[in-house]
Amino acid sequence: MTKTKPARLDLLQGTLDLMVLQTLRSMGPLHGYGIARRIEQVSGHQVMLNQGTIYASLVRLQQRGWISARWGTSSNNRKAKFYSITARGSKQLAAEIADWQRLADLMGRVVALPEEGS
Amino acid sequence: MSAVRRAIARVAAVFRRADLDRDLDDELATHVELATEENLQRGMTAADARRAAVASLGSPIAAREQHRESRGLPGLDSILQDLRYGIRGMRRDAGLTAFAVLIIGLGVGASSTVFNVFNALLLRPLPFTDSTRLAWIANGELENLSAQTVQVDNLLDFRRQSQSFAAVEGYSPFYGQGDVRLTGADQPERLTAVPVTERFFPLLGIEPVLGRVFTAEESLWNAPPTAILSHRFWVRCFAAAPDVVGTAMVLDGAPVTVVGVLPESFDFTAVFAPGTGADLFVPYPLSPETNRRGNTLALLGRLNPGVRVDEAQVEADLIAERIRGAERRNEFRPTIAPLRERVSGEFRRALLVLAGAVGFLMLLVCANLSNLLLARASGRHREMAIRAALGAGRPRLVRQMLIESLCLSSVGAAVGLALAVGGTRLVAGIEGMSVPLLQAVRVDLDVLGFCLLVAVATGIVVGLAPALQTSALAPHLALKQGGRGAVGGSGRDWMRRSLVVCEVALACLLVTGAALFGRSLVRVLEVDLGFRTDDILALRIDPGREYSTHAQRTAYFDQILDRVRAVPGVEAVGLTDALPLGDNYGWRLWNVGVAGRAYDRGQKPLALVRIVDDGYIPAMRITVDAGRTFSANDTSESEPVIIVNEPLARRLWPEADPVGRRVEIMGRERRVVGVVREVRYFALEQASGPEMYLPIRQIPDYSSVDLVVSASLPPAAMAPGLRAALAEIDPTLPAADFRTMR
Repeated sequence: MTKTKPARLDLLQGTLDLMVLQTLRSMGPLHGYGIARRIEQVSGHQVMLNQGTIYASLVRLQQRGWISARWGTSSNNRKAKFYSITARGSKQLAAEIADWQRLADLMGRVVALPEEGS
Repeated sequence: MSAVRRAIARVAAVFRRADLDRDLDDELATHVELATEENLQRGMTAADARRAAVASLGSPIAAREQHRESRGLPGLDSILQDLRYGIRGMRRDAGLTAFAVLIIGLGVGASSTVFNVFNALLLRPLPFTDSTRLAWIANGELENLSAQTVQVDNLLDFRRQSQSFAAVEGYSPFYGQGDVRLTGADQPERLTAVPVTERFFPLLGIEPVLGRVFTAEESLWNAPPTAILSHRFWVRCFAAAPDVVGTAMVLDGAPVTVVGVLPESFDFTAVFAPGTGADLFVPYPLSPETNRRGNTLALLGRLNPGVRVDEAQVEADLIAERIRGAERRNEFRPTIAPLRERVSGEFRRALLVLAGAVGFLMLLVCANLSNLLLARASGRHREMAIRAALGAGRPRLVRQMLIESLCLSSVGAAVGLALAVGGTRLVAGIEGMSVPLLQAVRVDLDVLGFCLLVAVATGIVVGLAPALQTSALAPHLALKQGGRGAVGGSGRDWMRRSLVVCEVALACLLVTGAALFGRSLVRVLEVDLGFRTDDILALRIDPGREYSTHAQRTAYFDQILDRVRAVPGVEAVGLTDALPLGDNYGWRLWNVGVAGRAYDRGQKPLALVRIVDDGYIPAMRITVDAGRTFSANDTSESEPVIIVNEPLARRLWPEADPVGRRVEIMGRERRVVGVVREVRYFALEQASGPEMYLPIRQIPDYSSVDLVVSASLPPAAMAPGLRAALAEIDPTLPAADFRTMR
């Protein structure tokens, strides 16, 4: 099974929400399956997504008012729930991306510290 | 912001659980289908495509659990589950449930009703603007109304000099029930008019709903008469006509202009004269004429902001010192107390006792129920053990048991609330009881809150013992021991035994209390009133304005007495200005001294005044201990006479026989012709003290006259004949309201 392969990343708490928001902003309205597939593709299949978990994230974001949902028809004529990012969601996303950037910079600098004595 | 939205959405999600689950199931189904199609396009076989799709989704059950957890309130969910279980348990154990609900209901009903009265009398602010600043300014400390009232000039001086009070106003408590006669309407009727000073209503913060309050001109001596109507009277007599202001009504034969109508929320008598009625308010002038009447005003003051009662008292003492001894001045010893204390202070102790009794009752209910639940819980050890074995922690088990007992207590409290609503109606509807503010007793948010509190507290108290007990046992022991239901451990026995002891102790306490209360009640009922109460009818027959001279009035009385004596069934007839257990008139006090003796200021004895005719004492069967009663020969031409009661006789002549001795009243000497027993005028349990009887034919100084008829037939059979006899003399006499003395 893929799970045992060390190359794949386990998602940090809260990162999934950010990925979902970013995906919706760049792709426009999508259904749950589409979002999950898109995240897998973008990550180059490095992220192991238990696709079912995407729905917990979606309902959370929806309750916060960052995304909205409505029932529609998919490209192959199936009834599906489409999610799209709201204006408030975009604002939130921008703030979170900035946070991530800062954290990533910081981590980069901490990791780059030279070893003792070298 | 988004956190608030989320919280609301989460709570909502708990209640839309089924909908949301179905939504998610649809979404997951779509998900699998979309994935399967994509897999097919990649060239998988149908079976493989579907299997791979399902695998990539992961467990749908886990997905649903995650969904529920992130959208709803996981804690609330399990509480709801416990609740459902608790309700199912209540239905299963219907007998126990019914019993528990019943006794909790009784307990909650009783305690809520008492709380309600407590709240209205002692907690809730009086129904006036900024009522904590209102103070009662009594004169002296006697319980007696006459001695508490203040003379007009003393009021004026006090008002002028006081810095502590923003305003000082008053009303005259010496009005009588039904003092004023309304004619000109369909039925002549007796009304009660309360004289108040000009700014009395503004002092309380009462705004008329129609018209205005009195003006300074209307409050002058001899001003054209005006009146402000109580809301109830306005509705009753004017059918709430909006154009009543400015109209005139005929009171005692003279037109009186209506200037205003008071709001419905203002109930004068509920606060100042409980158990009586007040139909209208008339101005009480502060003039030399009213000053001469002596102590006539009950004073109220509004303290300036930040002034304490004790500070006002210090200042009042100084002012009283300054104005003492002025011309024609009565004694003024101001005693200032918060209005609430004056209104309901005397009920504080009784209410505390009652609240205590109800508290004990509630404890008894709790102990009883707790015991019951313990007994039931011992049958549930197995169930609890299985739950524990399946992984429920002790807090979870305790919580479940508590939720069950809370269910019970909540249903009980709902029943209790219904009882409290009824009880409150009953209490608020008690008429003629001298408890103030009862009309203000109603079911409101306070009571609901109280009920809720009692319900929760009861639920926890009742459920805690069984919950802790049941969950305490290690599962393997319980399963072994509970093979056939309950085998009581020694710990449980200890707990139940002490509960039973508590119950018995509490029950004893309550029974003892109730017995004591009952005994004092019996004592009150058995008290010798000093007069007869059965088959006595009383009716106000004040002579109207047309009888202006003493002779005319005497003739009017004679006429009435003659006619009434002729009515079949009448045994005796009398007249009095102060009916026992009647209203304020019985409070009139005059100085009386032994003739020829000099008294120091304030040392002269005071006695209650009763102006009666020769028939009154025999008709009421008041016992004559010495001498004689009045006779028809005691007239304005004959020697002035008086009858004293025993306490007064002892006070004036501690050693000697009073009959034949002389007293001095209002500068006039009178000979004592008789001594009578004491009569309970004010309340069954309260002796009156010194009283004196003066013949109505010698002293025309009465403000109301009651006809007293003792009959050999029951009152209902007498009334029509009496009514017919009276109508012959004065058809405007409101003969509808005969009163009995029982």
